[in-house]
Amino acid sequence: MTAPDTNTALPEAATEIPDVEHSSQWKLMWWAFRRHRVAVIGGVIVLTLYFVAAFAEFLAPFAPQSTSSQNVYHPPQMPRLFYDTTYDGSGFGLHVRAFSRERDPFTLQTTYVPDPDRVIFISFFAKGTPYRLWGLIPMERRLFTASNPGDRFYLFGADRLGRDMYSRVIFGTRVSMTIGLVGVALALILGVTLGGISGYLGGVTDAVIQRFVELVLALPTIPIWLGLSAALPQDWSPLTRYFAITAILSLVGWTELARVVRGRFLALRNEDFVIAARLDGATRRRVILRHMAPSMASHIIASVTLAIPLMIIAETSLSFLGLGLQPPMVSWGVLLREAQNVQSISQAPWLFIPGAAVVLGVLSLNFLGDGIRDAADPYSEVQTS
Amino acid sequence: MLLGYIFWRLVWSVPFFFAASLIAFALIQAPPGDFVTSFAATLAQSGDVVDEQRLEALRERYGLDRPFLTQYLLWISGVMRGDFGISFEWQQPVSQLIWERMGLSVALALGTLMFTWAVALPLGIYSAVRKYTVSDYVLTTVGFFGLAMPNFLLALVMMYVAVVFFGADVSGLFSEEYQRAPWSWAKFVDLLKHIWLPIAILGLSSTASLMRIMRANLLDELNKPYVTTARAKGVSEFRLLMKYPVRIALNPFVSTIGWAFPQLISGAVITAFVLSLPTAGPLLLQALLSQDMFLAGAFILLLCCLSIIGMLVSDILLAFVDPRIRYR
Repeated sequence: MTAPDTNTALPEAATEIPDVEHSSQWKLMWWAFRRHRVAVIGGVIVLTLYFVAAFAEFLAPFAPQSTSSQNVYHPPQMPRLFYDTTYDGSGFGLHVRAFSRERDPFTLQTTYVPDPDRVIFISFFAKGTPYRLWGLIPMERRLFTASNPGDRFYLFGADRLGRDMYSRVIFGTRVSMTIGLVGVALALILGVTLGGISGYLGGVTDAVIQRFVELVLALPTIPIWLGLSAALPQDWSPLTRYFAITAILSLVGWTELARVVRGRFLALRNEDFVIAARLDGATRRRVILRHMAPSMASHIIASVTLAIPLMIIAETSLSFLGLGLQPPMVSWGVLLREAQNVQSISQAPWLFIPGAAVVLGVLSLNFLGDGIRDAADPYSEVQTS
Repeated sequence: MLLGYIFWRLVWSVPFFFAASLIAFALIQAPPGDFVTSFAATLAQSGDVVDEQRLEALRERYGLDRPFLTQYLLWISGVMRGDFGISFEWQQPVSQLIWERMGLSVALALGTLMFTWAVALPLGIYSAVRKYTVSDYVLTTVGFFGLAMPNFLLALVMMYVAVVFFGADVSGLFSEEYQRAPWSWAKFVDLLKHIWLPIAILGLSSTASLMRIMRANLLDELNKPYVTTARAKGVSEFRLLMKYPVRIALNPFVSTIGWAFPQLISGAVITAFVLSLPTAGPLLLQALLSQDMFLAGAFILLLCCLSIIGMLVSDILLAFVDPRIRYR
């Protein structure tokens, strides 16, 4: 599939670029990239998401697995500043309105109604339940949590076990965003090695590798993914399963990268500077690593950025079906499993929020990748439209 | 020249078929324990008497104590004769289960393909001609959302909207009274009443990407001198557009049709599961989850074969459309 482009390059910006002749390639690319406003916004969102992924324990107000039978399907609460209640008095401070549970006497269905008497205060850098940052550093303080240690609040609502969706989405960000990175890293190793060999050596090796790539491309990805993940033993630990799933995703995903790398190799092989290096007696290894690799790096970075969202969607789909990651691991796909039947989503539409996170992540990675791809060739006069 | 190309392409696809069937069989074999064990477990679960002799006969028939390659040969020679083995969960030969479901899958994919083309191509052309206008930006934004939203998520949202706002259940392909009924005109009409929503859901992401590709292709063509020449000669804008640049921009679509079709069938698996459609996808998934391996293997094999045939058709079409391919 040819990924679409953004077309946000401003036509007059070419005249603003200072000192084009004497700038390095990376600098030129940075200037070209900056002109894509949408790509820059996408990049900022991607960086934010990876920041959230890195400090998930600190940013989440509650532990993702802590349940609360009192708050099953608790609706989302809006953070507010001014309060005026009978019990907690009135004043100014970050809080959410408390909800009280009511049971319909006829249908026995639980409903939550705002409680005008009470509010739940939120404070920054307060002590919450203890945790270990990255499983190593013991800490207690969280970015924000309930001021009163016994209280709970639900910015994104609660699931069927009363777990805080906001904290769970934050932890899901860690797994979902990194599974894309790890998967792409594996795919990159496979793709660059095979694509590089294929493109540099040519001849019979090239033909064999190309037939192999064609075979992998011809296989229907989703049934193969499903088959492979169904074959994973059920008793593996969550972490083993995480790496097994990334390996499965990259087994299918490396072909696109291999094609990009091979194409660039074929294009570069006869460039003057490569021939010059070869005639100069440089070893094959040096020609590839020192002379050819740098001029391919930008294209590879672009393909990698565009491959990550595909991996994220694949992981989400697999976990959604119950074939990917398993609870207690939390990913966006695992969270969306809760939204699988119509009853629960009509009762608790906030179970869709992980889906919004998927769309946000995929969208911003796509925009970023498009921007990088368009900027990857800064010497071309006309940007492809 | 063209015939020679087609001949070689056909010859090439034979090893592909064998590789694909090997992969499908390896997937069947991958889970721990042989399938007779899981069959016995299923039987015991449903309270049936587990007949040791019957199990032994099954092991014998599929050569389970023999090496992998022998088992594969037994399986593939059965498949060649149309015998896909038996489904343990359904207690029926696999071949009785799959064909109607595959048929509905193909119908759904065909509908989606037609929908995609009918929507994406005009919108792509419009978006290219009205480049950088408000409507172009709106279409671009919708297109990007269509690409970023997994199909199954859209299906879930649609089901939510239908249940909460219209009180309607949009899952399935038939109304209750037609579910087990034999095919009739009334059943077909009933199918048409239900199939449009899955088609729209499945079509959204491919519509989005096709629209973008059409736009990009057409924009490349619109700047070429022959367009200017035609315009200078006074050809009306619409005629000018349709007669030359659109035709050239369409080339890649014609050649990818064979490739897009199987992609649609296997891509529909998850959405079909969410909407509980009676197509191949949900049955494949169920078979995989309950380790009903002959059923799963038959589906995976059929889907692989469809993909390979699709690639073959694409390559041949491409050779027809673009003569340069044949000389490579």
